[in-house]
Amino acid sequence: MKLEIIVAVIILIFTAQFLYISSTTDAEFGGADGEAEGVIEELTGGTYEPIADPIWEPPSGEIESLLFSLQAAIGALVIGYYFGYYRGKKQPA
Amino acid sequence: MHIMEGFLPSPWWWIWIFISLPVIIYGIYKLNVLIKNKRDLLPLLAVAGAYIFILSSLKLPSVTGSCSHPTGTGLAAILFGPAISAVLGLIVLLYQALFLAHGGLTTLGANVFSMGIAGPVIAFVIYKACTKAGLNFYIAVFLACSLADLATYVVTSIELALAFPAQTGGVLTSFKAFATIFAVTQVPLAIIEGAITVLIFKYVIQVKSDVLVKLDVLSEAGLRKIKELTT
Repeated sequence: MKLEIIVAVIILIFTAQFLYISSTTDAEFGGADGEAEGVIEELTGGTYEPIADPIWEPPSGEIESLLFSLQAAIGALVIGYYFGYYRGKKQPA
Repeated sequence: MHIMEGFLPSPWWWIWIFISLPVIIYGIYKLNVLIKNKRDLLPLLAVAGAYIFILSSLKLPSVTGSCSHPTGTGLAAILFGPAISAVLGLIVLLYQALFLAHGGLTTLGANVFSMGIAGPVIAFVIYKACTKAGLNFYIAVFLACSLADLATYVVTSIELALAFPAQTGGVLTSFKAFATIFAVTQVPLAIIEGAITVLIFKYVIQVKSDVLVKLDVLSEAGLRKIKELTT
């Protein structure tokens, strides 16, 4: 149990940090990738043109979050199955 | 963490593909050997891949007021080594590049290098060094995974800095600019990733500890010691 408590404390600290930052500043919490785009623009003086475009983009933020949650769900399913299977196997029938 | 589609000018995008490709090919070879000889380890391989899937979909808010996500590659690297982790990383990066327009095909080489190769290599080396030094298993896992996570973003910053050197100050100035975005944002997320991976290892030891010995992650004696400590 000790490890779980340590991890829970770390997550609590992380959450507190988020609450503090979001209530004291007007941070936008956009993606870091997008901020890098800004730096590239600054460094090149706005002259840089991307050499390629994504072949397909999610048509909306909703669909993007759908695909992201699908990604997480696939992962969670596999991990849950693994631990559930071996845990069940260890217990006598 | 991804470098977005089109945001690496020639020659950099193909240089990184060129560097990553041999590792991927070697990883696929290693994967084939693993599947042939140790079929019973496949479920754990799926877990390692699934873990990267979950963690890289979690876009977490960070101290700098922007969001980024952990990588989850440390788990795979400790269990299966960096080459196989590179293949798992490639699968996740392809999913995100094709379906989410995060990252891209031209930048795939650079993204595979930072997330699939550099991070796992760091995790692997740190884990081995820590266990050699006789450090507690869970502390070794924590250090390996959080530093691997952080390394991924440092390498991403280097990749971008090389491609976009500042007019005054060159690569180093650009690196600082990119690192403040990527690496600083990542520090709290790296700590979280390390902590959660430690838990995963704890549960693997609880339900199926023999695989860790089979994979040379732990010795028989080391495993016994951990079990004695926790029971």
